[in-house]
Amino acid sequence: MSAAYARLDATALRASILAGERTCARTVAECLAGIDERDGELAAFLSVERDWARERAARLDARLAAGERPGALFGVPVALKANMCTEGIETSCASRILAGWRAPYTATFVQRLLDAGAIVVGVTNMDEFAMGSSSENSCAGPTRNPWDVARTPGGSSSGSAVAVAARMVPLALGSDTGGSVRQPAAMCGVFGFKPTYGRVSRYGLIAFGSSLDQVSPLARSVRDLELVTEVISGHDERDSTSLAEPPIEREHPAAPGSLSGFRVGVPREHFPHDLEPGVRACCEAALARLEAIGAELVPLSLPHTPFAIPTYYVVATAEASSNLARYDGVLFGLRAEGDGTLPGMMAATRAAGFGPEVKRRILLGTYVLSAGYYDEWYGRALKARGLMRDDFERAFEQVDVIAGPTSPTVAFRLGERVDDPLAMYLADALTVPVSLAGVPGISMPCGCALPADGGAGELPVGLQLVGPARSDARLLRIAAAFEAASEDLRREPPPGSAR
Amino acid sequence: MSVALTRDGDAWLSAAGGVRWVPVIGLEVHCQLDTRTKLFCGCAYRFGAEPNSLTCPVCTGQPGALPVVNAAALELALRAALAVGAEIASQTHFDRKNYFYCDIPKNYQISQLERPFCTGGGIELSSGKRVRLHRIHLEEDAGKAVHDRGQTTLVDLNRAGVPLIESVTEADISSPEEAHEYLTALREIVQYVGASAADMEKGELRCDVNVSVRPEGEELRAKVEVKNLNSFKSVKEALEHEIARQIEAYESGDEARFPVQETRLYDAQAGETRTMRAKEEAHDYRYFPEPDIPPLTIPSALVAEQRRLLPELPAARRRRYREELGLSDYDAGVLTQSRDVADLFETVARLSQRPKESANWISNEVLRAFSDPEIPAARVDELALRPHDLAELIGLVTAGTVNTNAGRTVLREMMKSGRPARALIGELGLEQVQDEGQLEQWCRAALAGQERTIADVRAGKTKALGAVMGRVMRASQGKADPRRVRALLLRIIGARE
Repeated sequence: MSAAYARLDATALRASILAGERTCARTVAECLAGIDERDGELAAFLSVERDWARERAARLDARLAAGERPGALFGVPVALKANMCTEGIETSCASRILAGWRAPYTATFVQRLLDAGAIVVGVTNMDEFAMGSSSENSCAGPTRNPWDVARTPGGSSSGSAVAVAARMVPLALGSDTGGSVRQPAAMCGVFGFKPTYGRVSRYGLIAFGSSLDQVSPLARSVRDLELVTEVISGHDERDSTSLAEPPIEREHPAAPGSLSGFRVGVPREHFPHDLEPGVRACCEAALARLEAIGAELVPLSLPHTPFAIPTYYVVATAEASSNLARYDGVLFGLRAEGDGTLPGMMAATRAAGFGPEVKRRILLGTYVLSAGYYDEWYGRALKARGLMRDDFERAFEQVDVIAGPTSPTVAFRLGERVDDPLAMYLADALTVPVSLAGVPGISMPCGCALPADGGAGELPVGLQLVGPARSDARLLRIAAAFEAASEDLRREPPPGSAR
Repeated sequence: MSVALTRDGDAWLSAAGGVRWVPVIGLEVHCQLDTRTKLFCGCAYRFGAEPNSLTCPVCTGQPGALPVVNAAALELALRAALAVGAEIASQTHFDRKNYFYCDIPKNYQISQLERPFCTGGGIELSSGKRVRLHRIHLEEDAGKAVHDRGQTTLVDLNRAGVPLIESVTEADISSPEEAHEYLTALREIVQYVGASAADMEKGELRCDVNVSVRPEGEELRAKVEVKNLNSFKSVKEALEHEIARQIEAYESGDEARFPVQETRLYDAQAGETRTMRAKEEAHDYRYFPEPDIPPLTIPSALVAEQRRLLPELPAARRRRYREELGLSDYDAGVLTQSRDVADLFETVARLSQRPKESANWISNEVLRAFSDPEIPAARVDELALRPHDLAELIGLVTAGTVNTNAGRTVLREMMKSGRPARALIGELGLEQVQDEGQLEQWCRAALAGQERTIADVRAGKTKALGAVMGRVMRASQGKADPRRVRALLLRIIGARE
């Protein structure tokens, strides 16, 4: 991989192309070389669209030469999570049931990327149907963490996080339902931003939990997150849950790099007693840094945080049980014949096509919606969700943002939690409340720490900043101030295979 | 079903039992809304189109595709609801109804359970009895599974996503006749307000019935749902068969045969209902609020606008035609069968100032044109006829400018070509002969050598005049006024009516 390519974020890469220092063709060649170099070991990509990327790069170069105005992401290689529809591209959700399925249409946000001049280079690995926190639920096998290939990169947007962390692409899209972008961003040491629910159209994002899913970018700088969010956000008439607002616009704080006059809430529930010590130390250092640049820290409480995980696993699984009902062997994807009857064929297809975690969640979701159980489970979960939303609303009457760890632990070892779904679910304990409230959250690298499991190498820790609903632009500006003030805390991942 | 039943009011009695059995009936009716596009996507729908040619990622349930509510569907649904006096909700939302079948591509149907867009309302029957509506809701249609190719099932998703309103009555209906009348009235209303074409043969109107019987005055018994009713006639017949089956089962005294809560299919050929699924096989639809569509606020201005667009409904028109225009029950019924016929009638009656003649011409001649192979029209708006031309023609016939027979010929031409009455009368040479001398000449010629007839007429058998009249009309090529010819003949013969 060329050192220059690996050093540049998307904003700088575009500038370098426009300055004539490189062409789109060369950029794509460098990107593909990087993938060739690193991805055999890391398995971030499910498929690499080499020909398409090269053709597009050549066309973009020709258009630039012809004097066309370059888009906001001109020439930037982008990776897409495997649950995002691009016409003609295999979009499998890392599931056997959709293996080989090529989307017959292009998602709104993918079209917006393409219209802005981005080059889609490939489709990344994920936990099957975005259900998981480690990539171990992918039917293609796990993606590996570039900081330590024996460890998980987090999930479910595992491949997208790793593609950015290992410098294969400057920018990737993931989807965040309960933390699926923020948690892998934290574990891989990159920036991951979940916008306000509805900020980015979901048309063309294969649904997991419809009331929670949000397309969310991963990048190596906050300015790149702002850039790409500006491109993909904005109302879409094809998604009635998309916010009826124009795309976000970048805000400029009074004094760059300063948070003077801002109040940062520190919820005690996000610093539980069993928080991994290294994570606690890094996050406390990050809070101190926020204070150092003028922010006022305000201790506060989000009292319903303990109910977040159970609430989430009722709401998300209920929606998933219905969203995933369409994979039945009739119209698309895998078909197993079964006993030859229609119900037999459907059952055999679903038995053969879904992995164990997906089946577990479909069963859970089916149960909580069943006659006689709805009120006890789904109805109560909706009430609890309302209480969590109220928690955040009350908090934001006092503070501008809320800060805390993204994940209670650094990256854990592959295989360590596969037999313990509850332990796996707890990896999302601090990101899920944000998803249930529908508010925006960003995970930023804030240092590295030794894992509590005795591992020898330091691993990245993420700081989560959360803002009020629709405050995306402002949240990103506050994040940028922290980014500017914390350069010394961040570290590059080791370049090659490290253990 | 061999039991012979007699009926007394609402009650059914068997020769054996002596119990007065009263049926309790409720109807669930689906009407396809007459929108340009489907409920949640931009696809058009046409009955009989090439299978799967009217589909897109949304209505075929492709992964990642999302529904967006068609505002026109809500408007038509509101209009239908207002026409039956339902109360419109200020907020409504959609729910998912989950079940697995090959004609429903998402394996859930987007429907409404908790908060339908309206509740209440009702339809008054001719007896004055009111059938109350429990609710009406909006939902998407399923596709069609075609099982007629051996072991293979083919699926056509053209119909998937087409907007439907499902109306559910209270169990207020007491007889197959009332069910039939209710259904007829409902169809008329949705057609009048332009909400649905409601053609049962095209599946634009579908009806399921819920029926139980109980001894008069006693508590409700097990309710049976009957499906697969493909015509108004089969609704009535299926109810007759099912009521008889239930009464016979109870009267057999054999508890094992007593009706149970279940869903049965009607077999029109065999004239019987058969078990489709028992209560314990009933689906658990696992309804929950559709997360892809936020709750809808129905603005009161939209409701007011739809109320303003409501036409006068058929029952009100029939009453007015009888009471104000003096039409018979029969004519009022024929003319209000469809809104376009009623509208044509009212325009012609107003322009001609002759409501009874307008009613006769339209019910006898215009409606007949729809079965005339030379006139390729099945609806009023497909005819070339203009209302003021028909009004003019009625005036000309009344004034004796043309006779009734000639008027029929002119009207047929008008329906084909759309040309005005006077021009056609001139072209076809149909204007009546007014010249008294000419008429007398034809009459005398026709009576020549008819002494027997003349004698008969003088003896009071005026019927005998028919043949002579025919000769006069032929001689005049239809241009003689039959009334004047008759009078003239009688005068010549020297007889009276």
